[in-house]
Amino acid sequence: MSAPTRFSADTTRRDFLKTGAIAGASLVIGFHRPASVRQQAAASSQDAGGDFEPNAFIEIQSNGDIYLTVARSEMGQGVRTSMAMILAEELDADWSRVKIKQADFDLKYGDMNTGGSASVRGSWDPLRKAGAVARDMLLSAAAQTMSVPKEECSAIGGSVIEHKKTGRKVEYGLLVAKASGFPVPKDVPLKDPKDYRIVGTKRNRVDGQYIVIGEAHYGIDTKVPGMLYAAIMRPAVFGGRVNTFDASKAQAAPGVRKVVELPRVELPPLFGEERPANSGHQHYLWGGVAVVADSTWQAIAGRRALTVEWDNGAGADESTEKHRAQLAELLKTPGKELRKIGDAETAFAGTSKKVEAEYERPFLAHTTMEPPNCTALVRDGKCEIWAPTQNAGGMATALQSALGLTASAITIHVTLLGGGFGRRLNIEYGVEAALISRAVGAPVKVIWTRDDDIRHDFYRPMTRHRLRAGLDAQNAPVAWLHHIAAPSTDGTYIGGDIPDTGGTEIVGAGLPNGTIPNYFLEQSFLHSAVPRGYWRAVDVNWNHFAVQSFIDEIAATSKKDPVELRRELIAAKPAPLPADSDEKPVSVERLRRVLDLAAEKAGWGKPMPSGRGRGIAALYSWGSYVANVAEVTIGMDGTIRVDRMVVAIDCGQVINPDMVAAQMEGGVVFGLTSALYDEITIENGAVRQTNFDNYPMMRITDMPKVEVHIVPSHETPGGIGEPGVPCAAPAVASAIFAATGKRLRRLPFQTSELAQS
Amino acid sequence: MDAIAITVNGKQHSVEVSADTPLLWVLRDTLGLTGTKFGCGQALCGACTVHVDGEAMRSCTTRIAAVAGHDITTIEGLSSDGRHPLQVAWVENQVPQCGYCQVGIIMTSAALLAKNKAPSDADIDDALGGHICRCGTYQRIRQAIHQAARGSRTPPKSASSGLSKDSARSELNTRDLTGTASATGGFDKNTLDTQAVAGRTR
Repeated sequence: MSAPTRFSADTTRRDFLKTGAIAGASLVIGFHRPASVRQQAAASSQDAGGDFEPNAFIEIQSNGDIYLTVARSEMGQGVRTSMAMILAEELDADWSRVKIKQADFDLKYGDMNTGGSASVRGSWDPLRKAGAVARDMLLSAAAQTMSVPKEECSAIGGSVIEHKKTGRKVEYGLLVAKASGFPVPKDVPLKDPKDYRIVGTKRNRVDGQYIVIGEAHYGIDTKVPGMLYAAIMRPAVFGGRVNTFDASKAQAAPGVRKVVELPRVELPPLFGEERPANSGHQHYLWGGVAVVADSTWQAIAGRRALTVEWDNGAGADESTEKHRAQLAELLKTPGKELRKIGDAETAFAGTSKKVEAEYERPFLAHTTMEPPNCTALVRDGKCEIWAPTQNAGGMATALQSALGLTASAITIHVTLLGGGFGRRLNIEYGVEAALISRAVGAPVKVIWTRDDDIRHDFYRPMTRHRLRAGLDAQNAPVAWLHHIAAPSTDGTYIGGDIPDTGGTEIVGAGLPNGTIPNYFLEQSFLHSAVPRGYWRAVDVNWNHFAVQSFIDEIAATSKKDPVELRRELIAAKPAPLPADSDEKPVSVERLRRVLDLAAEKAGWGKPMPSGRGRGIAALYSWGSYVANVAEVTIGMDGTIRVDRMVVAIDCGQVINPDMVAAQMEGGVVFGLTSALYDEITIENGAVRQTNFDNYPMMRITDMPKVEVHIVPSHETPGGIGEPGVPCAAPAVASAIFAATGKRLRRLPFQTSELAQS
Repeated sequence: MDAIAITVNGKQHSVEVSADTPLLWVLRDTLGLTGTKFGCGQALCGACTVHVDGEAMRSCTTRIAAVAGHDITTIEGLSSDGRHPLQVAWVENQVPQCGYCQVGIIMTSAALLAKNKAPSDADIDDALGGHICRCGTYQRIRQAIHQAARGSRTPPKSASSGLSKDSARSELNTRDLTGTASATGGFDKNTLDTQAVAGRTR
């Protein structure tokens, strides 16, 4: 039950390939994209035995069209396009003929979980192999068609095979009928990256045009015949329940068909985990009262006429003020040991120069621009769902449990997502829609207002960090101690005090773990009714605000340049990873390269005018290495203006450089929003924020100049959806220090601390 | 509930809704024009922006009764061919990520360009300060508006994705692809285009 394996993108399973001709003479290749180990176990327990079933498909039609079925969710990260590019490359396909089909949920696709920046990482090998196999079969067919030796034929791109000696050419479409009769070849070599024509080039998004003409279909745009609309009044206090309610006025409101009470039912963990009994998990449907009407507006208006009396439960005593005090208190006594190298306490005690600091970050909501929503039709023992979801597998599991149906009775259509950021790994909004549909016997679309969204999220946990470092006579850090106090994210779903630091810091891929001879990491757990969830860049994001800021503090104490200190730290040989780690060891060379690249491009070391400053952060996450240099201007009143952000990234083999740049630009904005504006606060057990006026987002008026520099590489592709986020806040914090000499250790930054009185 | 006469994208409609219904929901639920998006319901994010007599307005806080008789334009009516200079520039600069907020931003930008043929960055920021893009595409939004303002339709630096308008329509569009999915998805129901399924059930 270790967190890291959840998002593992390693392709350790066998790949399978299978072909078949289908009506209309297409070449169809099914292949097996490995699901997570956990999903494999879950799937096999439900589908006992049997032949393997391919879980991804390519189809080459006789008219030359090439279809790829994508069993991942598109939420702006460009996964449909990236996966198509990988296939098209190895297939030497005509890119203009490659098309995408979005897969519905099916167990054969695995969990379809789209998170952890893992889609491309997990599909890189299987997609390339499938493309290469198809190309080889087409080559065989071409040789036979032209009556020439296969060795004399080559795929020259554009879905064309050429016989070099005679210059004869034949298009794929004309070969598919013959090709589909050949056995699947084994051990087809993959292309040398130097021969790439598509991978590594800028390609436009396959779905971009439909977005700009308003015809891209998001979940909220779903319409099915006879559909009703529902709005739900959920308990404001986390853990609260409906005591009694009066629906008479709502029932009488125009267009209202029915008022339905929703139970607070228990939901299974998100990713098929085992949940120990009495584990203290809090994964429940919100519960509440739903108003079902003929239109969205009538449902929203009808909901206002409800009177509900709540049983608020124990959560009503919680507040941000108390949480902050509790986290500070938790740091005073030892926590659960997460990683230990050497003897950090003793080494720390033995140093004469010590650095100590505490950092704080608040709960945060995801606020996808498309609010949660779901359309469901439950009738005749079957359930059909239209959902913007990152986790169709988790939703199917929860629907089985809530509706008492088997997997085969559930169909989930995955729509385009108006943002994900981890919010849509949660599946409760699908269960709500299904229960309401069952109660009214009609298809129902549940709409969430922004207020519903902000006050009923699975929040990025608030954290408090205590860091201590001891420096030797040469000012080199010889002891590093990091104590994290936070509520557990996994505790929401599985229960128990499960550390959320799995992705990087524990397993050793995160600076400075392993590069300082005495290292100690521990976590203490806040128990709270506030639901927690995965938020873009997850634990890397919160830990590295503290870690990167603290490196900067050590640099200041030891009077070293922050870039120079990082070079020294990175130069150390990392300690071996723990035995149970499934991460690859961090490459100090690649980390150093992005650090140097960002520093160089930003003009690190050049003097800046008064009131301006520059700061840096550099780290590894999700298979990629990223460094940011921020430039800020601090006003007399303490206002923080981020003028420029230079990003250097090494994400291994780049599929689409423009998409990498876009994800870095967006990651910076996401990180800056959390650094400058956002804070979810709790009062009497409920969230105080309601909409974008009191939970602001960065706007165009505050947009810095973002420059992205990509390190050319043929290493295995790394993730890009999340790695752009974590460096932004610490780079800005360090830039503020450079500009003002003041260290801001709490997010969002409090400009009052910077105002010159 | 009264019948209220409105003109949307040049077409007259008579809609029977209560007078306080926001224009947004009339467009989306009653007329099926779902290009206009719901983001906040309080005119704080701009996702729902349409033109009323050529002015950018937030449809989520505009009561339907207030626009009776006025000329309303939505993204579906911004251009007849999806090739408004902003739409072209948006694709060439690959502005959208999730894309949800982009329609509203394009509508405000179109209203801006109608008045200001060569907006500066400051003009753009002024016009779009009321919009939110959670994916953070602001830098590209500025670039795209400048490009559209220059009227330059520079060819893309690389081949487009291959989803020519027609081919993309058949795969990623929702509206007019009834039947397309079954014609192309030969495997089983689970490989059909989900959006086609949604479209088919309309």
